[in-house]
Amino acid sequence: MAQIVCEDLALGYEGKTVLSHLTFSVEAGDYLCIVGENGSGKTTLMKTLLGLRRPLSGAVRFGDGVKKNEIGYLPQQTAVQRDFPASVREIVLSGCVGRCRTPFYGKKERAVAEEQIERLGLAPLRDRCYRELSGGQQQRVLLARALCATQKLLLLDEPVAGLDPKMTEEMYAIVEELNRRHGITVLMITHDLSAARRYATHVLHIGGEIFFGTREEYLARGKEGDDRD
Amino acid sequence: MTEWLTRLGEYLSYPFVQSALIVGVLIALCSALLGVTLVLRRFSFIGDGLSHTAFGALAVAAVLHLTDRMLLVLPVTVLCAVLLLRTGKNKKTSGDASVAMLSVGAMALGYLLLNLFPASGNVAGDVCSSLFGSTSILTLSRTEVVLCIVLSVLVLAAFVLLYRRLFAVTFDAAFAEASGVNVGLYNLLIAVISAVIIVLAMNLVGSLLVSALLIFPALSAMRVYRSFLGVTVCAGILSVVCTVLGLLASILFDTPVGATVVAADVLAYFVFALIGRLKKN
Repeated sequence: MAQIVCEDLALGYEGKTVLSHLTFSVEAGDYLCIVGENGSGKTTLMKTLLGLRRPLSGAVRFGDGVKKNEIGYLPQQTAVQRDFPASVREIVLSGCVGRCRTPFYGKKERAVAEEQIERLGLAPLRDRCYRELSGGQQQRVLLARALCATQKLLLLDEPVAGLDPKMTEEMYAIVEELNRRHGITVLMITHDLSAARRYATHVLHIGGEIFFGTREEYLARGKEGDDRD
Repeated sequence: MTEWLTRLGEYLSYPFVQSALIVGVLIALCSALLGVTLVLRRFSFIGDGLSHTAFGALAVAAVLHLTDRMLLVLPVTVLCAVLLLRTGKNKKTSGDASVAMLSVGAMALGYLLLNLFPASGNVAGDVCSSLFGSTSILTLSRTEVVLCIVLSVLVLAAFVLLYRRLFAVTFDAAFAEASGVNVGLYNLLIAVISAVIIVLAMNLVGSLLVSALLIFPALSAMRVYRSFLGVTVCAGILSVVCTVLGLLASILFDTPVGATVVAADVLAYFVFALIGRLKKN
């Protein structure tokens, strides 16, 4: 069974439908890019996948060992975070907030956080203050935090927004490695169509005409579109 | 110097000075801890708004000749905090506008009531004491002292037990919510705790100066410390030190309590800003 199945989903708020007849599924190890113009409902879809919003109709089902709340989420940075006084270690550890039931983090959570810090090459920055890091380093910290929440599925919301080209490449390389080498399923919301063409195994295009298919199908469709123009 | 110490020793033997110190320390600690979250979440103005609302409630309590004014002021302020949180979600009036409306409205209404139904012959004195605290901390009734201690301990316990989730919600509400933390509940909790602390802190520094007690220790600590735990602990200690020094100085030099405590907080801020700058270089 697939990790996520969305069946005939209709999304919207206050009775206004933004997106309807959305059907797609995500298998373990997929790298799905979700593309679409501003206002096409990407954020609404993401919130629905995270269980923060109820669909107007249809259903989101989780399977293949993935449970609701077991999505590693990388939200877009907020203004609050940019000058937040917290160490890298504190932030990564806060990724365990959903899995820990006691008032304080125990040995197990600390070990998980430490593992993610090592994995993303943050060890030398462990005690540095988040606000003093570069944009790319900050994203790596947030990615490590997301990995504390899950080892199966990452949902990245425009992970390269505001990064310079070099950092952008670095970020894509890290995500690719997590996907290819560690088998972590990646769902990425992005404006960057070239990234979708390069890295994705599947593409979901929303807004206007809905498209869901493999990267090859997406590329072929793009060609057709170009021919028509 | 020795003369001061003898005088201080004499004052410290009075039970009302002792309870003022205990209550002052607890209030200072709670307000500093909460202040860190409020400042980081850009909620400083809510503290300010709630304190003005509390002034209105205090005026009503004075007009009604209540002896334990906190019993009326506390629920009213908590209610306002909850309402403000609700209206924050309502798009018709933005959050900061509704806070401003509520706070000036309550101030005006409070002053009006105090003038229409004067509780004593000295309206100006009453108003001044609720705005700037004057000696309220030294004239607390026994019920108020007990209430202050119990509430402060409850707030402190909540902070320690919920520290982990509080950090997650403060740093990134979206992530915390996706991880299954009930962010709405925590926002409500923060609003209620804010209201409680503001009402308690009004006894110490008066409603106009309450915000200072909330934000100065947090801002000072942020100048020097780089981890959330460091900032939180430093803000708490700094706030307690400033409050004790301010209280003692006000007793010794016969200055207004609230203003002296806040002056100590302001002074500490500049010292910490300087340390922060030196540390950077």
